[in-house]
Amino acid sequence: MSATIISLPDQSTARIPKRNYLTQENGILSWLLTQDHKRIGLLYLMSITMFFFIGGALAGLIRLELLTPQSDLLAADTYNKVFTMHGIIMIFFFLVPSVPAVLGNFFLPMMIGAKDLALPKMNLASWYFYMAGGILALWAMITGGVDTGWTFTTPLSTHYVNTNVVTTGLAIFIAGFSSIFTGLNFIVTIHKMRAPGMTWFRLPLFVWSNYAAAVLMVLGTPVLATALILVVLERVVGIGIFDPTKGGDPLLFQHLFWFYSHPAVYIMILPGMGVISEVVSTFSRKRVFGYTAVAFSSVAIAVFGFFVWAHHMFIMGISSYAALVFSLLTMLVAVPSAIKIFNWAFTLYKGSITFETPMLYAFGFMGLFTIGGMTGVFLGTTGTDIHLTETYFVVAHFHFVMVGGMLMAFLAGIHFWWPKMTGRMYPEKISQLAALITYIGFNLTFFPQFILGTLGMPRRYAAYPAEFQVLNVFSTAGATVLGVGYLLPMLYLTWSIKYGKIAGDNPWQATGLEWQTQSPPLTENFAEMPVMDHEAYDYEWLERQKEKEVASVG
Amino acid sequence: MSQISPVLWQFLSKWLTHFALFPPEASKIAPQLDALYFFILLVSLVGLTIVVLLLVGFSVLYSKERHPVAEQIEGSTLLETTWTIIPLGLFLIMFVWGALIYFRVFTPPANAMNIYVVGKQWMWKAEHPGGQHDINALHIPTGQPIQVTLISQDVFHSFSIPAFRVKREAIPGRYTTVWFEATRTGTYHLFCTQYCGTGHSAMIGDVVVMTPDDYKKWLQGSTSGHSLAQDGERLFASLSCNACHNARPDARGPSLANVYGSKLTLSNGQQVTVDEAYLRQAILNPSEHVTQGYLPIMPTYQGQISEEGVIDLVEYIKHLDSDYRVQQTTNTTTLLPESEGKAAQAGGNSAAAPGKVNP
Repeated sequence: MSATIISLPDQSTARIPKRNYLTQENGILSWLLTQDHKRIGLLYLMSITMFFFIGGALAGLIRLELLTPQSDLLAADTYNKVFTMHGIIMIFFFLVPSVPAVLGNFFLPMMIGAKDLALPKMNLASWYFYMAGGILALWAMITGGVDTGWTFTTPLSTHYVNTNVVTTGLAIFIAGFSSIFTGLNFIVTIHKMRAPGMTWFRLPLFVWSNYAAAVLMVLGTPVLATALILVVLERVVGIGIFDPTKGGDPLLFQHLFWFYSHPAVYIMILPGMGVISEVVSTFSRKRVFGYTAVAFSSVAIAVFGFFVWAHHMFIMGISSYAALVFSLLTMLVAVPSAIKIFNWAFTLYKGSITFETPMLYAFGFMGLFTIGGMTGVFLGTTGTDIHLTETYFVVAHFHFVMVGGMLMAFLAGIHFWWPKMTGRMYPEKISQLAALITYIGFNLTFFPQFILGTLGMPRRYAAYPAEFQVLNVFSTAGATVLGVGYLLPMLYLTWSIKYGKIAGDNPWQATGLEWQTQSPPLTENFAEMPVMDHEAYDYEWLERQKEKEVASVG
Repeated sequence: MSQISPVLWQFLSKWLTHFALFPPEASKIAPQLDALYFFILLVSLVGLTIVVLLLVGFSVLYSKERHPVAEQIEGSTLLETTWTIIPLGLFLIMFVWGALIYFRVFTPPANAMNIYVVGKQWMWKAEHPGGQHDINALHIPTGQPIQVTLISQDVFHSFSIPAFRVKREAIPGRYTTVWFEATRTGTYHLFCTQYCGTGHSAMIGDVVVMTPDDYKKWLQGSTSGHSLAQDGERLFASLSCNACHNARPDARGPSLANVYGSKLTLSNGQQVTVDEAYLRQAILNPSEHVTQGYLPIMPTYQGQISEEGVIDLVEYIKHLDSDYRVQQTTNTTTLLPESEGKAAQAGGNSAAAPGKVNP
């Protein structure tokens, strides 16, 4: 019998351990004042889910308005506020914190064999900053909203709109600290808290990609904070830095803004890529093909990601030679993403593949991210960018990357680690169905938008020429399906907290250290400090462990 | 058919009659840009097919039922190199090809006809050299390269004509240009594609491409009676520019005849070539643009002249080819009612003085 046949453990005898991080302490204060990275991860999970559904409701309004060419359901001003808030909530309060602050917080220490993150109080503070920013943003929305677009383009945001720009800017400024704190915490933890034997090249790829994202968070977020504070100062005091009549440069804001906001795309997607590495390896029972290539491609994305920001500005009167340089660098950053896709595909080669829900989401990710990445090349190429930029092509492109890629990865991760987080399994059949619905709904929603963009339909239009209606109807129909696809996991995952089958320690027979302890884990994660004496994704080691157990029990 | 609900019926009939997958190609650059578009599309489709084939193929071949034992494989340097080099090579081809198109779109030919377009919340205003104005429209002939010089009076706008595959940001405080040569008559969309506030989606118009003959008729039929340069001349006089720029030996300002296209040395020693952007800056922000040998006495006109007014002045100065012409302007001033408050008066009476001075 070969070493890598894995048979799932008998679950009928499994019990939820009495002592775990959920039962350790009780009462609302034990949650609000907790310094346990797992509980903070759950606090984040609940809050980002709330923000996701608020942002999703706004997306629903956008799609309903665009069902007809006229601006009839929403007035133009309302529409502008709705898409602005959709963008702000989804980016700053869902996508940026989603994988790092929930799954990273929960699993990164466990994966490297640590008790907690290096700076637990800072970790808790990061959640409070996040909530303060989030509530301030919601308050700004309720008390009149803001209609600058999530990009806050000057001089529109500084001189021409009369909405809650200052409040919203400050909300994002505050939420930025949560991002910086999480990033800092990850960097320190990965450097200082690895278990004995856990060398850099034995780290799970999820840790590598979160490390790369953490560096981006720490270096990029302060620039966004600066840009937003300058907008606030320009509005309140009139310092004139973006005002051409005072000798300022309105384009400067966009340089500062995209210096953060392009790396932010990688802050969002890199941790998601980490999830995909874990999932693909686990469900094909095989180590990730080309571990070092995948690890270094994360680092390469993080490094190059900082030098491509002006590709958002090819037509904005930047020097043509600058456009050339930024286009070339954009091509270079596309390569590591291609490397990752092929490595994941070849991880399947000669594996022993099963198709549980996390794997289905991972397949969805690989297909949609390939489309999202390739359409990014259309936009990174200076010539085609002229025609496609600022149209629905861009909208479709980044939704393929962010929703088709990142959100699929997040859902893959949530399903994958749900048994570890709660000790219970989610219901398999219905969740496979939900994954399929999400996939169909997603394509129906966003694929027509590529065609709309090629036809020239501009972004952020409350009303559009009638000939674009058919494709918009498809898109809205797809959004309805997509909505169902997102509501289902919300319902059955909540159900499974109480009624799900008991999972046991390692239901997937995965190799990560987080699976070698009880589910749900102890507050201190491991009963005794783990020692890493094997490579990452070593399924033969796992098999030997099991044989040892059988031998000692028998 | 009566069983089908009217809504569904309308949807189906719209599908049959109003469904486009690709925009019309109505400019010289459009087929060139589309060739690159389809090249990238082809590469994407091939890439996507390979990825999907790998995923589906491996999933079928190595599913647990068929392949219960996974074989552990470290990786393969050869494969890693392959899928690094090939995408990189393809991306570099796209980069070079794209750059060629990019430079073509933003480098106008020497014989291009210049049309000014001012973007403002929420309309496009085109100013033809002959004094014709287009609001939310642009009338142009086929077969003639057209350069559009853009400026925004308030926020960022973006001037987009999908059928021509061109787009350029209209930036406050700065001229930007784009050019195209229409090849097919017809009416095409003009969009503002940079979000600019409440009326963003209403900032649209029609680009009307006509045969050269029809265009001539349109020019004659819609002229305001005076060219941009003539409007500029009136504004020049009414702002009393000629009090200093009068080409007399004792003039306090430099003569403006033939200044356009010349090389100037500024009082700070800087060398500049006089183009539209320089003229605009020198009017609005004169203290930074003092010609060598003159005193920095010119007041700023920032906030006093609209962008259209600046365009008129720039056009006037561009067409000044002799001192005599300036002196003629001076002479006409003496016919105007005298002196102070002239700017305000001209602003209040903008029909007579279409220089559009802001009150």
